[in-house]
Amino acid sequence: MDLADTPEEREFRARLREWLAEALPALPPRPAPDDWPGRRAHDLGWQRMLYDAGYAHVHWEASASIRLIFLEETERAGAPYVGANFVGLLHAGPTIAAEGTAGQRARWLEPILRGEEVWCQGFSEPGAGSDLAALRTRAWRDGDDYVVSGSKIWTSHAEVADWCELLVRTDPSAPKHRGITWLAMPMDAPGVTVRPLRTLAGSAEFAEVFLDEVRVPAAHRVGDENDGWRVTMVTLSFERGTAFAGEVVACRRVLGELARTARENGRWDDPALRRRLGRLNAEFRALWRLTQWNVSAAEASGGVPGVGGSVFKLRYSHARQELYDTAADVLGPDSLDLDRPWTLDRLSSLSYTIAAGTSQIQRTIVAERILGLPKGR
Amino acid sequence: MRFHLTDDQRALRDGVRQLLARRFDREALWAAVAAPGLDRALWRALGEAGFFALRLPEADGGVGLGLPEAVLAFEEAGRALLPGPLIATHLAAGSVPGAATGEAVVTAVDGGLVEWLAEADVVHGGADRAPLPRPGEAVPLRSVDPLTPLHRVPGPGPGLGPDRARAGDPALVAVLLTAAEQLGTATRVCELAVQHARTREQFGQPIGAFQAVKHLCADMLVRAEVARAAVYAAAVTAGPADIATARLLAGEAALRSTRDCLQVHGGMGFTWESEVHLHLKRAWVRARRGGDVTDSEELLAADLVA
Repeated sequence: MDLADTPEEREFRARLREWLAEALPALPPRPAPDDWPGRRAHDLGWQRMLYDAGYAHVHWEASASIRLIFLEETERAGAPYVGANFVGLLHAGPTIAAEGTAGQRARWLEPILRGEEVWCQGFSEPGAGSDLAALRTRAWRDGDDYVVSGSKIWTSHAEVADWCELLVRTDPSAPKHRGITWLAMPMDAPGVTVRPLRTLAGSAEFAEVFLDEVRVPAAHRVGDENDGWRVTMVTLSFERGTAFAGEVVACRRVLGELARTARENGRWDDPALRRRLGRLNAEFRALWRLTQWNVSAAEASGGVPGVGGSVFKLRYSHARQELYDTAADVLGPDSLDLDRPWTLDRLSSLSYTIAAGTSQIQRTIVAERILGLPKGR
Repeated sequence: MRFHLTDDQRALRDGVRQLLARRFDREALWAAVAAPGLDRALWRALGEAGFFALRLPEADGGVGLGLPEAVLAFEEAGRALLPGPLIATHLAAGSVPGAATGEAVVTAVDGGLVEWLAEADVVHGGADRAPLPRPGEAVPLRSVDPLTPLHRVPGPGPGLGPDRARAGDPALVAVLLTAAEQLGTATRVCELAVQHARTREQFGQPIGAFQAVKHLCADMLVRAEVARAAVYAAAVTAGPADIATARLLAGEAALRSTRDCLQVHGGMGFTWESEVHLHLKRAWVRARRGGDVTDSEELLAADLVA
């Protein structure tokens, strides 16, 4: 067991730190949360800077320890996270890299890395949330195209996306986990309608996407027809693996800011509050260690991140909510002011125990797939 | 960063687990409950296996390993419910003659309590350097844990606040090794609960098929795995904040998961015959060691503004 950087890791960290110090002042200020075109431009601009500096591939090709160092250092420097590029960089990209043909990889991967194209995720449907395999959006073959009809929901970045990783049902008579196909759908195709959804935080972060006989070339199918569920599971394990690692570092930074704020406004004198902050420090320190542990274990066994990601996601999503609830106690009456960033963060943290598999689903996954308890009701 | 067990560490853990399975199986556990008293032969066997001399330099007759290895060994001790003042004797190896080999039993004063006082050859002021009890001062308690006799001594002893904890302090090592034992308990009771949930049938199916039971078990695993990462990281860095983290997370995992394990066992869990209460009671005893939990919370709060 060792937590120290290897000479190679040390060198990567030092170079990155140096580059960040130089590059970040050139980055324009972050647009308002509601300004989607602005956020797209901002996030893609950052991706382009990473590309030019040789860091664009870090999520795909580097060792897991290098990826953690990248997340740690960019977060520490106050650099943006993947933002509007999230699905492309952490989801569709790895899927295409693992399951796509040479032609598909050549067509889609480079524009993601260069910060030219944004992807969104067309998985959830009004009748298929946590029970993802219950999806009903239909696609049937017509010549060289699939024709797609149905609707998707909770689709982040849909308004500014160029492509959608779309799960469709191609064989309605097959058992529900079979008969699903993974398609790359251009968002400007005729028949695609995007309707923004307002979140409880008041902003439009995601959308409904309606699909009315949208033609998607069969050449845009990644993996075999009716094999989309397997293709998807490959990337979901990734999403639950290291996708939140950068956020843990961010939470630790927020915790430090909370403590300093409490010292300034006098709340620090309350021992109960102080101890809650101490507990949260323990919590996020441990979550960071768990990330390092999971990543090292996956690397040592040469495998993709496994169900251990569910363990992490369960604990992290609750810890994040606890963090912002504690922030409210530090802020006092100011915590009701929507202009305070921590108030918005507190509201958005409410999605963490729901998005990417609810806590209840995660517990069932942990119990059945790790602990081997029988499937049941 | 290579934050996973090396082959040697895995072999060490497996070796300790096998040794304990051989020398302290469930039959021996219940025999010890029925007739309390420290098994000197077992103590010497532990000494021979290097349990106490694990971190003593080879030049001094020790095994020459470090904190990570000690943590793995004490995690196994926790899993197996191994009784005795293990940590005090381990910390005394090299300073008290016979401690390293298991010839001597060393205990220590901690938080106004002394474990195994009547069986010990040597009593230390302990991790918190409390004064030794004078004859007649130590009062036996009717210990809640049938496998840990306790004496109460005057003065609670200072805690491990931010001002006292320094890296390398034996008091900190004692806190870390206690956390390792708690981790062993948290892991073991999760296994016991899962085993029971797989086999015990109600309403025509194993109770583990019911989501409410599943979710109790899942939470037990999550607690154990978060605690494991914290305890192992603290063993690598030996930093006071990391050790305080390990203590809070492993303590929480042991205390809450022993209760959940009892819950999963239902009525059987509330009987003396079930092993569950032994884990729960030991977790309670360990939670009293090394000062108050609030000291660790204060240390970690101070760390935020350091």
